[in-house]
Amino acid sequence: MASAALAIKTERLSKRYRLGATTAGYATLAESVANFVRRGGRQAKQERHVLWALRDVSFEVEPGETVAFVGRNGAGKSTLLKILSRITSPTEGYATLHGRVGSLLEVGTGFHGELTGRENIYLNGALLGLTRREIDQRFDEIVAFSEVEEFLDTPVKRYSSGMAVRLAFSVAAHLEPEILLVDEVLAVGDLAFQRKCLGKMSEVASTGRTVIFVSHNMAVIQALCRRGIYLEHGEVQTDGPIQTVVADYLRALEDKAVALDLSERADRRGSQDVRLQRITIRGRDGSGTIASGAPAEFSFELRGMTRGLSCFFIVYDQLGHPVTSVSSAHAAPQDVYVHQDEPHFDCHFDELLLVPGRYRLDVQIHGGGQLQDKVEGAAYFDVVDAIVGGRPLSMGESVGHLVLPTRWVGPESGVA
Amino acid sequence: MAAAQPTIDIPTVRIDPPRGLIGFDLGPLWEYRQLVFFLTWRDLKVRYKQTVLGASWALLQPFLATVVFTIFFGRVAHLSSEGVPYLIFSFAGTLPWTYFSNAMTTGSNSLVAASSVITKVYFPRIALPISSVLGCAFDFLCGAVLIIPIMAWYGVSPTLRLLTLPLFFLLATVTALGVSFIFAALNVRYRDVKYVVPFLTQIWMFATPVVYSASGLHQPWRVLYGLNPLVGVINGFRWSIVGVGQPPGLTTVASVAMSLAMLVAGTVYLRRVDQSMADVI
Repeated sequence: MASAALAIKTERLSKRYRLGATTAGYATLAESVANFVRRGGRQAKQERHVLWALRDVSFEVEPGETVAFVGRNGAGKSTLLKILSRITSPTEGYATLHGRVGSLLEVGTGFHGELTGRENIYLNGALLGLTRREIDQRFDEIVAFSEVEEFLDTPVKRYSSGMAVRLAFSVAAHLEPEILLVDEVLAVGDLAFQRKCLGKMSEVASTGRTVIFVSHNMAVIQALCRRGIYLEHGEVQTDGPIQTVVADYLRALEDKAVALDLSERADRRGSQDVRLQRITIRGRDGSGTIASGAPAEFSFELRGMTRGLSCFFIVYDQLGHPVTSVSSAHAAPQDVYVHQDEPHFDCHFDELLLVPGRYRLDVQIHGGGQLQDKVEGAAYFDVVDAIVGGRPLSMGESVGHLVLPTRWVGPESGVA
Repeated sequence: MAAAQPTIDIPTVRIDPPRGLIGFDLGPLWEYRQLVFFLTWRDLKVRYKQTVLGASWALLQPFLATVVFTIFFGRVAHLSSEGVPYLIFSFAGTLPWTYFSNAMTTGSNSLVAASSVITKVYFPRIALPISSVLGCAFDFLCGAVLIIPIMAWYGVSPTLRLLTLPLFFLLATVTALGVSFIFAALNVRYRDVKYVVPFLTQIWMFATPVVYSASGLHQPWRVLYGLNPLVGVINGFRWSIVGVGQPPGLTTVASVAMSLAMLVAGTVYLRRVDQSMADVI
């Protein structure tokens, strides 16, 4: 029984979604009956609009391995996790899982606002498959981890969103499953709590349990995982050491950005009422060269309009590590809002304090209270060396991401 | 080597594509039996939160309905109650009917109401309609306590027949489960169910001897009438509490058969829908 030793094994796992009327919403009974009659009672023919979210995905994971899945929006990562956690079933192929599966796909589901924190711990634990006795055993630990002791007997509807998330994460984190599935939850909560969550994940990994991790943060992925699997269009592109996989993924991301016009790209998320059309990055006086410490302007052209539009972007370095994020969501006195026929956001930097090198932008447009458009690797730009604060910089010498203009006081040695 | 290590019972799960009409595997439901308990408990807790009268609503609901029926159908319309006081006659019908109609309504809505959980966590989805029905069963048991004062008030002395009452309660529960499974599963794909169920509840009530007596019917219509499982339930309640009407016979057999058929059909259909539920709901 060699296969019994594997924590996860998938064999040609595939998932097909039908696009169009059935996925756009639920059909009405009358429509279905009418269709059925039209077809003369025969089975529906294969629909034309078919999307393979996963195609022939086969891999094996040993117990105790920590594996990261990387890929663009819509590459199939979330579908894979949904199948592994049995939320949805595959269309073809199969998977075997040796051990209990816990998932942190979306924490806090199943919380009921009218129930107290204590009651929700039990309900949520039961939803995640714990028995009453198991919850009793972990109760104190869960409460301590969540830091909501004083509010245990308060209905959760009176909690702040941060408290609710902490409590939910604590329940999920104390499942102690043999296989843990994690999808980008690290974005929740405050910084201190995020650090705690990361700690919990590496603790889980170090105790010989299996962790499957999905994130866009290459720094975290490379810190936590030794193996990666890169998915593209639902298929496995690369499976191997994390460095190789991340490099492949980042290269593919850049190739796509270079090859395709932004408005033609399909790998986006959001309701798409407003779409990102074009990004222009200019340096001093509108030139194409962007220099360290010099002014720069990032211009985002949009199509469509909703109320409350805002622009958010993250700058990543060449290794996929996030450098900084910029948002227009909270207006400042120096912002200018004018009527525009073709809406666009211009983000001005008086001094772009980035170390010379190549950078990538992931852009999100929010509006009308929801995510409108999100594109990973929407643009790439190179920062060249320049004189910052009267001092020359060059690409090889600077460490880190920031260049700060400085003024020194020191001993007079050279002139003596 | 491996044998020397402390062996814990680690389960292996195989995830396969859906395959047609497969029988329902009760294993997962048994594994999650405590979830059924917690969900039932949540439903009850939430239902009576922020109400002044709290769980006394469970008693008031069937009682007030009985009083209204007694005034309109007993006093004003002079419907026959087979020689017993109309109030007790009506209560024996209203009590199980209130249970059934509440269970059908909440059960049909149980999956759609939990859509945010269904798309994010795995658990046997059948636990949701089951716990909805069980929550209503709890309300029924509270309301059933009223039988004692009502019987005492009208001087109806209990007989051994009363011992059969749990069987008719069981019949009502099985029917409610079957109907809830079917409608809850249909509701996942067709939201029309939301509009159909209230309407169906009304029609079903007229097709059930809640406010009137069914003893005027002759064979074979009586057995045919029994294909409405609620006929078997309410006849059984009347017979065991106040002793009116025919003792359980062929009509009851028809009700039981229909009820079981609905339970099986509901379970199979729900199982089928279960596999694509998260993609459709």
